[in-house]
Amino acid sequence: MLHIKCPHCGMRSQNEFSYGGDATVKRPELGEEISDHDWDNFVYNRKSLRGKHWELWQHLSGCRQWIKVQRDTATHEIFKTLKANEDIS
Amino acid sequence: MTQSFRLETGGLINRDKKISFKFNGKNYFGYEGDTLASALIANGVHLIGRSFKYHRPRGFFGAGVDEPYAIVQLYRNGETEPNIKATEQELFEGLEAKSVNCWPSVNFDVGAINNFLKIFLPAGFYYKTFMWPKSFWYKIYEPFIRKAAGLGTASIKHDKERYEHKYEYCDLLITGSGPSGLASAYSAAKNGAKVILAEDKSRFGGTLLTSDVNIGNQSGKEWADSIVSELKEMSNVTIKNRSQVFGYYDHNMLVMSERISDHLPETKKYHPKQRLWYIRAKEVLISSGSIERPIVFGNNDTPGVMLSSAAKEYMKVYGVLVGKKPLVFTNNDSGYETAIEFKKNGVDPIILDTRKEPQSEIIEEAKNMNIDIKNSYVVVAAQGYKKVKSADIAKISDDKEELGSVENIKCDCICVSGFWTPTIHLASQSGNKTKFNAEIDAFVPGTSKQNEKTLGAANGIYTLEETLKDSFEKGNQLSKEITNNDNKVSFPNVVEKKSTVHDKFWCVPLPKGKNYKRFLDFQNDVAVSDIEIALKEGYRSIEHVKRYTTLGMATDQGKTSNLNGLQLVSKIENKVVPAVGHTTFRPPYSPVSIGAIVGREVGKHSKPTRKSPMHSWHEKNNAVFVDAGVWLRPRYYKRGDENLFEASKREAKNVRTNVGVCDVTTLGKIDIKGPDAAELLNRVYTNAWLKLPVSKARYGVMLREDGIVMDDGTTTRISENHYHMTTTTAQAANVLSHLEYYLQLVWPELNVNVVSTTEQWAGAAIAGPKSREVLKKLFPNSDVTNEGLPFMGYMEGDLFGVKAKIFRISFSGELAYEVNVESDYGYFMWEKIIEVGEEFGIQPYGTEALSTLRIEMGHVAGSELDGRTIPYDNSLEGLLSKKKDFIGKRSLSRKAFAAEDRQKIVGVVPLDKKTSIPEGSHLVKDSNAPLPNPKLGYISASCWSVEHDNPFSLAILKDGKNMIGEKLFVMSPLKNKVIPVEIVSSHYVDPKGERVRS
Repeated sequence: MLHIKCPHCGMRSQNEFSYGGDATVKRPELGEEISDHDWDNFVYNRKSLRGKHWELWQHLSGCRQWIKVQRDTATHEIFKTLKANEDIS
Repeated sequence: MTQSFRLETGGLINRDKKISFKFNGKNYFGYEGDTLASALIANGVHLIGRSFKYHRPRGFFGAGVDEPYAIVQLYRNGETEPNIKATEQELFEGLEAKSVNCWPSVNFDVGAINNFLKIFLPAGFYYKTFMWPKSFWYKIYEPFIRKAAGLGTASIKHDKERYEHKYEYCDLLITGSGPSGLASAYSAAKNGAKVILAEDKSRFGGTLLTSDVNIGNQSGKEWADSIVSELKEMSNVTIKNRSQVFGYYDHNMLVMSERISDHLPETKKYHPKQRLWYIRAKEVLISSGSIERPIVFGNNDTPGVMLSSAAKEYMKVYGVLVGKKPLVFTNNDSGYETAIEFKKNGVDPIILDTRKEPQSEIIEEAKNMNIDIKNSYVVVAAQGYKKVKSADIAKISDDKEELGSVENIKCDCICVSGFWTPTIHLASQSGNKTKFNAEIDAFVPGTSKQNEKTLGAANGIYTLEETLKDSFEKGNQLSKEITNNDNKVSFPNVVEKKSTVHDKFWCVPLPKGKNYKRFLDFQNDVAVSDIEIALKEGYRSIEHVKRYTTLGMATDQGKTSNLNGLQLVSKIENKVVPAVGHTTFRPPYSPVSIGAIVGREVGKHSKPTRKSPMHSWHEKNNAVFVDAGVWLRPRYYKRGDENLFEASKREAKNVRTNVGVCDVTTLGKIDIKGPDAAELLNRVYTNAWLKLPVSKARYGVMLREDGIVMDDGTTTRISENHYHMTTTTAQAANVLSHLEYYLQLVWPELNVNVVSTTEQWAGAAIAGPKSREVLKKLFPNSDVTNEGLPFMGYMEGDLFGVKAKIFRISFSGELAYEVNVESDYGYFMWEKIIEVGEEFGIQPYGTEALSTLRIEMGHVAGSELDGRTIPYDNSLEGLLSKKKDFIGKRSLSRKAFAAEDRQKIVGVVPLDKKTSIPEGSHLVKDSNAPLPNPKLGYISASCWSVEHDNPFSLAILKDGKNMIGEKLFVMSPLKNKVIPVEIVSSHYVDPKGERVRS
C-alpha cells in the first residue's frame, strides 16, 4: 500500500485515496473547435509510461481535494505531491 | 501409552502438564509446549501423510516454518482447517488432526500407485497428458485429479471465529527474535525508538534456544530470556510471539499475522482467533535467520530423513529423539552439533562427512566424545518405505564424481545438513537486488530499494559474535537517526565454538545401474530427473523451469529446495548460480488463513449498512428490504400472504388510482452554492441552466467526456446562488467526485462550493392523483394548488412546526411531490404523511412498485443508464443544448454515436399479453436462426404494467426509432424462453405527460 503525502493533510495511506489518471492531460477549452483525432487523444489515448509519471489522486476519505502526485510507475517511488492549483514543473 | 522417543529430561516443555490429542483417530498424549510434530515423534509416529504427486509416504523434515511434508487437516472446537503444518501447530488439549493426500488411509493409499507409475508422471505430465480428448477433461480427468490431489479440505461451514485487522506505525520493525533480532531491538529500544519485534514461533530466542553458546556469563537461552523480559517492560517496545511478518509491500508497509488463539482449545471470549497487522515502519531490520538445506541423495524423501538442525531442535526444545540409531550426513560442522547432542542424550550417532580432513573445535569435541566419524563418505540412498531402515553409503572421490563400493548400514533416521540458506524472502519482496555469495553458496540481500537492512544469518553472517556486534550497532545507528539519542549498549563477551569451511557439495551421484528418485522439492515431488527433462525439452529461464516442473511452487515456496534446484540447473547448463538467478519471492512467506486476510469484513460487516430515518417504521410495517448500494430500502410492504408480485402490483396500482408514499431518502443530494453555481450546472448538464428561475426545479442529464450518460436527476434553484442537486442513489459519490474534479482542476476560476447533503435530508415522494389532497393537509398554510405550486415548482413549507422543502417533481409519472425535512424529523414527517393520507387511501410503496411505475412511463433509470448508452439511446436527445458546450458534447458528434440506425429505447409487449419477459433477454428477428443468432437489442427492465394489466418491458434496440410496431422474439437461453413480442413506444402510459401537470 502506497504512502502518499497529501499537501493538505500529510502522509496518509493509499486506501484513503482514489486514482484519477494522467495529470498532464489538459481538457480542451469549452466551445473549442477540435478535430476527432485530438478529441480522441484527450478522451481515450493515454501512454502507459514506465518511470516518472505525474498523476491525479483524490483524497477521497480525507480532505476530498484532488492532488497531483509524481510517482515512478515501476518502483512506486513518490517524488513530489502538489495541490490542484500548483503547476507541474 | 508410553512415549518411547521422549527423553527422560531436558527440553523446554512443561512435563507437569500432559495434553491428550488425536491423530488419525488414535489417542496420544504430549506435554504443554509441544508442537503436534514433536508430540507425534515422541510417540514414535513418523508417517504423517502422502506426497502430492506420487503419494509416497511422508514424515517430518523440519521443525518449523520450513516443513514441506507434515501438513495435516486440523480439527479444533468444531471447526476444521486445512494445510496446517504439524511442526508449527502447538499442542492443545483435545486437538485432532488427520493426514491429507491419502485415501482411504495413510497406511494404505490407493494413490500410491502413482509411485509405481512415476515413469509416466514426469515433469510437465499434466500439461502433456490431460489435453485430449477434450471431452474427457470435465468428466474424467478433472474430478480424478481433484480427488487425488490437494492438501486438505477447506470447511464449507461459516467460520465462527473472529479475525481482526490493526494498523500500526513504528520506527523500527524487527522480524525475528534470534540473536540479531534481540540485539538490534535492545539497542534501538535503549535509544527510545518505537520498536516492534515479531517472532514467528511461540518461544523467543531463535537459534539461541538450541546452540551451545555463552553470552556474558549466561547461556544463550538465559541471555535471550533476560533481554526479552527487559524489552517487555519497555513502553516503547511491542514484542509479539506467534507473529509472522509475511509480506513486505510498497513504502515500507509490512503485514504480520498474529496467531492469538490457534494454540488454545478454543478462542477466549472477546478474543480474535488471529490478527492481521498492517505495519508502516520507518526502518525494517530483517533478522529472519537461515534455513538448513538438504543434501540430495536417493530416496531422500523417505520418512526419517530430516534436517539435522530439526533433529537437534526436537532434542533441545522438546526433549524428543527423532531416532535411536541416527546417521548424520553433513558437508559442514552443523551436523556435528546434532551428533554431539545425540551423544549427550545417550544415543550413538554415525557421522558421514563429505569432507576429507576437516578440522575445527566442534569436530575435535565430537572426536573426543568417541563419535564414529566417516570422512569422504556419502549416503547414496535411504532404504525403507514408510520409515528409514538402513542407508546405502559409499566413499566418494575427491572430485565428488566417483562413488566407492556401496555398503548398507542400519539406521532409523538420517539427519542431513547441506549448510545454511539465508532467509531472504522479505528482503527480496522489498525489491532488494540480492546477490550471490559464493562463500556460503547462497543468495544474500544486496542493494536496498526500501528502508531495510538484513542482519545476522539472514545476511550470511554465521558467527554469533559478528552477528551480535553488527546487530547492536545497526539497532543503535538507525534509532539514533530517528530519536537523536545515543545510549550505547556495552558489548557482552561471547563464547562460541569455531567451525571450519563447508564443502560445496549438494547432490550425491547415482551409483551405477541404480535409478533412485533424488528429490529436490519435497512438497511438490520434483526430482533431479524432472529438472533434467525440463532442460532437455528446451526450458532455459529458471522462471520457466520452475513453472514447468513446479519446483518451489508448493505452499512452502521452496524454502528447502530452491538453491539445490538452482545448483542443478547451473551444473547442467554449465553456468554459475548467479547467472541462472533465483525466482521471485512473493508474499506471503508462508500461508496465511483467508479469515485473517478478510478480517471483520464478512457478512453484514462486509460493507456499511445505511438506513433511512424511517427505517424502523418500515420494519414495523412488514417491509421486505432490498440492498440498494449500501442502503437498505423497502422493496415492498407485505400484507397477509402476498408475494412480491402481488404486493408490488397493489402498491403501484394504488399510486395510479389514489396516492402512495415512498421513502426516497437514499437519493444523492448535493448542495451547490456560489455566484458561479449556474455556470457550473450549465457545463455539467446537457441542457440550459442559466435562466432557471429561483424556486424552480429542472431535470438534467450529465455525461462523461466520452458522451456516455453518467447520471440524471433534478436540480432546484433554492435561491439566487444556491442549488439543491439530486443524483441517483448509486451514482451519488461519483457525481460529487466528478463535480470536485472539474471545480478543482479544470475550472478553478468558478466560484462554487459543493458538498454532499445526502444524510442531512430525509425524503418522501408522495405520488398519485390524490397527492395534492395529502399535501393540503400536510401544509394547510401553504398554497399548493396547481397555480401556487406548478409542475417543477419548489417552495418551503411548515409541516406541523418542522421546516420542509417541497418539490413538485415526479418519477412515477403521476401528479407527485417530494418532501424533504432534516433527517431527525424524517420519522415524524413519515408518520404525519401516513396519518393525513389515510382518508385518501395512502399506502407506502417500495422499490418494486417504484420500478413498475417508472418502467411503464418509460422513465430511464440505472438499468438503462448503465455506462454504455448515450442520450439518444435513452430518448433524451431533446435535452441536448445546441447553443452551448457541455461535458461530453464533442463526443456525441463522433460517427458511431450519430449513426442513423443507432440503438434506442423502446417498449416491448408479449403478443400473448401474459408471459413475463426476463430482464437481460435478447431481442432477435428469427428465433430459429442458426447460432450465433444476431442480437438486435436487450431487455433492460421488466414489469407488470398495472395500467394495462399485462407484462411490459423496456429494451435498448438497434434502430429502435424505426422498429415501433415490429414483431420480434425475446430469447432467454438462461431461462429457456422464447417469447414472441411486439415493439411499442417506451411511453406506455400517459405518453403526453399530462398527469404530472394536472
